[in-house]
Amino acid sequence: MKNHRLSRRDILKVSTALVFGTYAAPLKAAAPEASSVTPTLIEAARKEGKVIWHTSVDLPVAEKIAKAFEAKYPGVATRVERSGAERVFQRIGQEYGSRIYSVDVVNSSDASHFIVWKRDGWLAPYVPEDVARHYSAEHKDADGMFATWRAWLSVIAYNTTLVKPEEAPTSFTDLLDPKWVGKIVKGHPSYSGTILTATYQMSRDLGWEYFEKLARQKVLQVQSSADPPKKLALGERAVQADGNEYNIFLLKESGQAVEAVYATEGTPLIVGPNGVFKNAPNPNAARLFQSWMFTLEAQQLMIEIGGLRSVHALAKEKPGRKPLKEIKLMKDDPVAVERDSEQIKARYTQYFRV
Amino acid sequence: MIGSLEEVRPRKAGIDLSWAVLLFAALTLCVLIILPVSWLIFYSLTDRAGSFTFENFLRLATDPAFVDPLLTTVLIATSVGIICCLVATPMSWLVARTDMPFKRTVRIFVMASFVTPPFLGAIAWELLAAPNSGLLNQLHRVLIGASSDVHLFDIYSLTGLIFVISCYTFPYVFVLVANALDRIPGDLEDVSSILGANTWITARRVTIPLAVPALLAGALVAFLQAMTLFGSPAILAIPAGFHTMTTKIWSLFQYPPKPELAAAAAVPLLVLTILLLRAEHMILGRRGYSVVGGRNSDPRIIRLGVLKWPALALCFLVLLNPVFLPYGALLNAAFSPVPSQLLSFENATLHNIEFVLFELSATRLALKNTFLLGALTASIGTVFALVIAYTTSRKAIAGHRTLAFLATAPVAIPGIVLGVGLFLSYTRPPFVLYGTLWILLIAFITISLPSAYQQLQAAFRGIHPELEDASRILGATRMQTLGRITAPLLRTGVIATWCFIFVGVIRELSAAIMLFTSETKVISVLIFDLNESGDLAAISVLGLMMLAITFAVVILANRIPGFGGDIRLRNA
Repeated sequence: MKNHRLSRRDILKVSTALVFGTYAAPLKAAAPEASSVTPTLIEAARKEGKVIWHTSVDLPVAEKIAKAFEAKYPGVATRVERSGAERVFQRIGQEYGSRIYSVDVVNSSDASHFIVWKRDGWLAPYVPEDVARHYSAEHKDADGMFATWRAWLSVIAYNTTLVKPEEAPTSFTDLLDPKWVGKIVKGHPSYSGTILTATYQMSRDLGWEYFEKLARQKVLQVQSSADPPKKLALGERAVQADGNEYNIFLLKESGQAVEAVYATEGTPLIVGPNGVFKNAPNPNAARLFQSWMFTLEAQQLMIEIGGLRSVHALAKEKPGRKPLKEIKLMKDDPVAVERDSEQIKARYTQYFRV
Repeated sequence: MIGSLEEVRPRKAGIDLSWAVLLFAALTLCVLIILPVSWLIFYSLTDRAGSFTFENFLRLATDPAFVDPLLTTVLIATSVGIICCLVATPMSWLVARTDMPFKRTVRIFVMASFVTPPFLGAIAWELLAAPNSGLLNQLHRVLIGASSDVHLFDIYSLTGLIFVISCYTFPYVFVLVANALDRIPGDLEDVSSILGANTWITARRVTIPLAVPALLAGALVAFLQAMTLFGSPAILAIPAGFHTMTTKIWSLFQYPPKPELAAAAAVPLLVLTILLLRAEHMILGRRGYSVVGGRNSDPRIIRLGVLKWPALALCFLVLLNPVFLPYGALLNAAFSPVPSQLLSFENATLHNIEFVLFELSATRLALKNTFLLGALTASIGTVFALVIAYTTSRKAIAGHRTLAFLATAPVAIPGIVLGVGLFLSYTRPPFVLYGTLWILLIAFITISLPSAYQQLQAAFRGIHPELEDASRILGATRMQTLGRITAPLLRTGVIATWCFIFVGVIRELSAAIMLFTSETKVISVLIFDLNESGDLAAISVLGLMMLAITFAVVILANRIPGFGGDIRLRNA
């Protein structure tokens, strides 16, 4: 009897070669042309009436983006399905394994997911006009399957009422000082794509010994990379070892006592691509949404209300926030993350026990 | 229950239909229970290629990543069992057997702790007792003028977790013991007095021994609840850096999923539950004999004198923990700009409510799914339980004992284990139900069936078969009798059962967390999602909405005359 189990990465890997042969070849032949938003597309999207966006961006930010889209195109209700990128990835895999296709557009904070989805032939080629015109080659897929919707950093940060600026950590190794025992909060790489990506970059540049030592600092282990900044704002912990820079911006700008630190070793850079799924239940609304998401208007909104960074050539950074070019960055490498993902999670669990 | 009533033999004429009912009910029950459990055991005994192996269990028994959670779980469950007995016994005695004032109020608040979803309680306790931002710790620092590092409580710890689980588990013990004390006939105690014993000797020699079996049963139920709980450990243990069995099973389903290990890890929970339930059955079985025949006299009430006010204060001190403090923390967080900040007239905001109602796009779907599932589960579950209870209590057909056993069997399947089993069963042909509300409906019906059945069976036992016999003798058919005599008499019991299934569905998380998809999310799962991203204010608003719905339903159930409001606890 043929054993029909649920989809797993090892099975995916075996079938990758096949999928590549059948799907990738014709698509490679020619990158799709840029698509503009036509009245026909808008009309078709309205007929579908809704779009479902799976994302890992912090919920209030995601909902504001969704509301802005609804305001721009009334009649297309946007539902945000928000969870950690690794959770989103698992859920979509599990649902597709049971032939449940409820995904229109996905935004992941783990760029390596798009390598897998593309390889499995789950993505639809679609290049919004803005992507063709204003996005550099490194931020869009050569076959038009996805493009970088947002970029941000995973930073150290601290609560300014609990820690004086001169006593704040300046590097990742500073966090290993005994004075931070029981005062650190951090996210989890099995939940958050941001943390997984950051864990890869940091383990590569600082070595796994860093995490082995950090695990002995009695960290408060939360899940989402959006949570450490919130725990700082609550005053629950004094410093975060990792977490979203954009949440720190947003909290600080709303008057909370938090401050980001750009570590001397470099700060992990995270890119979050957006892609349309081939089996999208609302294909037209999905394309309309994808097109709008990359417009200067949406990108600027994402910067303003989301604290995120844009790779749109015309987007302007918000004054008062540290410009990206002034920050020493660690290099992102989705291919390596895709290769090492399981091992990173396993090793992390070994050190941090959960 | 044997021989308690005169047996009423059905007429032969009804046999065809009866057999159809029996067959249908038995088949349905088999599908509900045997299918998921078989898949679970099959998976636990196979490797990824599908061939037979003990490898999964071997790994379970040797890998500290599995052994530690198992030991932790047993430690937690044992502690919770003991704490619940220590807290619930004096309280239930005060309520059942003394002249303490406001006894009804105390019962109502115990009921409130019971219906509060444990995961919501755990989140509320994060707000109260997180070491630095917790409101109680802040208060403590203000009171003693300490620096920012001092804290009184740390909820992210093993003791914190045990405390929070106990808060929402002690009602099980309370109700069992209070019911037992209610039922101990006063004449046994009168005999003791007549023979010269004073109040306290009577209590020690008669009342307490008669209540001990119920207490032991309560301890076991508390142990089982603590062992199979998912939400509270997921919320409090993982931040503290440790796993329990339920969170471990759940984490095995995260990417990359290892269903065979999850299935194997679920088996010890299943076996332990079955063993403990056997033990409970034996203990409760004994109790049944000890008070036989003495149901008519009222229990004696002990006068506390001046002690009654301290006694009441003690009850409220206990109730502070599951009800007053957590509810206060949720209210505070719902209207406060930062959840760890105390609410005042200056800083009160409606922003969180606005966010949940108008911005959070998942709210509407989750509410719809929850209501739909609640209503459907309650309706189908009640009807199904009614059919089975009628069949077994009136011994309408041969084989009713099997039916009774099958109807109570799901008690032995912890929610998360059922979730794993159903997931494995219904993600493959011929039954691909994953991704639909059906799979959740099946899970919820299975989970709620035992208590619904027992509740309705008790209701049937309360109606004397003579009434039905009279109707049949006067020429009515079985169906007419059901419609005209039995149904009206059962109305209150049926409505109560419906309400309690509904409330149970709203607070269910452990099976739902394994089975939901983006289109079939329910409120409990949404709250769990929000907790993972740290959106405590949104949780507070949703949680309060959930509590409001729950209380509306419970109050409705309690307004029905003749219903005590706690029957469901009997075997949950």
